[in-house]
Amino acid sequence: MSLLEVRQLNKRFGGLLAIADFDMTVEEGEIRGIIGPNGAGKTTLFNVISGTYKPTSGEVFLDGERLTGLRPSRIAGKGGVRTFQRSAMFSDFSVLDNVLIARHLHARESMFGAIVGTARGMERANEKRALEILEYIGLSAFKDELAPNLSHGHQRALGVAMALATEPRILMLDEPVAGMNLAETERMTELIRNLRDEWNITILLVEHDMKTVMGLCEYITVLNFGKKLTEGVPAEIVSNREVIEAYLGSEDILGDDDFAA
Amino acid sequence: MRRFAPFLLLAAVLAVLCVLGFELKPYHRELAIVFFINVIMVTSYRLITTTGDWGFAHVVLMGAGAYGAALIAKHAGLPFGVVVPMAGITAAIVGAAFIIPLLRTAGFGFFIASFAMGELVRLIWVKVQFPFGGTRGIINIPSPEIVGLRLSPPVPYYFTCIIVMIAAVFIMWRLDKSRIGNAWKSIQSDALLAECVGIDVNRYRGLAYVTGSFFAGIAGALLAYRMGAIDPRNFDLNTMIYLIIWVVVGGTATFWGPIIGLVVVTVAFEWSRPLLEWRPLMFGAVLIFFLIFLPGGLESLPAKMRGALRTPPGQQFERLRTWLTTFASRT
Repeated sequence: MSLLEVRQLNKRFGGLLAIADFDMTVEEGEIRGIIGPNGAGKTTLFNVISGTYKPTSGEVFLDGERLTGLRPSRIAGKGGVRTFQRSAMFSDFSVLDNVLIARHLHARESMFGAIVGTARGMERANEKRALEILEYIGLSAFKDELAPNLSHGHQRALGVAMALATEPRILMLDEPVAGMNLAETERMTELIRNLRDEWNITILLVEHDMKTVMGLCEYITVLNFGKKLTEGVPAEIVSNREVIEAYLGSEDILGDDDFAA
Repeated sequence: MRRFAPFLLLAAVLAVLCVLGFELKPYHRELAIVFFINVIMVTSYRLITTTGDWGFAHVVLMGAGAYGAALIAKHAGLPFGVVVPMAGITAAIVGAAFIIPLLRTAGFGFFIASFAMGELVRLIWVKVQFPFGGTRGIINIPSPEIVGLRLSPPVPYYFTCIIVMIAAVFIMWRLDKSRIGNAWKSIQSDALLAECVGIDVNRYRGLAYVTGSFFAGIAGALLAYRMGAIDPRNFDLNTMIYLIIWVVVGGTATFWGPIIGLVVVTVAFEWSRPLLEWRPLMFGAVLIFFLIFLPGGLESLPAKMRGALRTPPGQQFERLRTWLTTFASRT
């Protein structure tokens, strides 16, 4: 069975059909990219799958379990976790505390336990795991830094660290390299690949930066006007007539000028 | 040594409070009793604000506890030690009834909606004769007793309130420092992110509100027993505005901020008692002053002053100028 299955998904905002009859299956261990021109509905799709929006109709399954209509916290509990395009973090907390808060699902603490202080052992385990994650991401040097003091690239990496802290089966990345410089982009791409190879996490990403998508993803779904245009391996996508037309007739969709932003 | 400094300070404060319990003049002792009750009020209110929910019904929830205590003590004849927790539970139940619809709102909407719900409950107290006694409220609340020991004289009641206050503040302090407290603060910081890393935002907002309501109810029970009679006016908008002032003056970022605010405002208002008629004006002035010049409250003052001292004198003027320009463009 495929890990993620989306069936006949529709999302309507008033008169606008943002997602129309969308089907997709993602296999375990895959790195899947979702691309499409501006306004194609990529982020909406992402928000519906992760539970941030409720779909108008259709179903989403994770490993056979129905996710449709569940709140993001429940979906996270089942192993589907998203990151954000913006630098999302808990600003009043240190880097380590941010990751520790994200360990929530692995730290069921009762009210009574909190008052009496019974959770020490569990919290020590959580801290160990959080430090492991920070080490892996390359943020351990900043663990006591206040999160907003990090550089942009590091803030985005912290976002991934927090998502990892939930121990996801599928990690959904919303434009993971947006606004990053070349070195940061390379580091993030490397990280995403390692997460799949070493931690066995399935990756679903929405990305604007074509080079990153083509270099990283093994399979790509192209979205246009809320509909699935086509699917295939990168080589098929770059040579697909319809895809090229969708991108405003751009001859070379890898051209830097069009997609640098 | 630094680690133990706060505990030493706390122990010193408690020792002073114990001595004062015997030494204070009757009027000041009554004032102190109300102060202890108010400490529970500001701390429990601050607990709810850590999720970002600024309600306007906290005093009504205190009233729910007071009415609950009065009715249970009068009609069921239960002792003080049972009535006070039951009053807390009463307020928690009313709080739960409030928060279920309130979860659909946030920010300013939450503020207004909670105010409306609080007024609705207050109106019920005003209009319903049985069992709430309408505008005259409930009189002849039995005197507090624990295993035959009368708590109603000022000195025993002073110490009763201190003990209840310490227990309540300790529990809320532990919660604030716990993972649950961090989950609450994460919701204030970024609710969507909190939800996405697995924190059930509605559940935790509800938990904070119900917990805060419980302690407001405890405070209400202590007040009801002290006064021997309660009526709806005890829990009106005026009292709520006091609560807001204490919290705004102190700040809510740290656990102790609201308590500092309460101390400062209580002392300041006591000194200014000759100017009683001008008090509403002072309310306004204090609120405006703090919201504009010190939005973080008194607790943010040390950090601010340190920042100002570190800036070289030339730049200080520059900073003041930029600050004034931004302020002018804002208004």
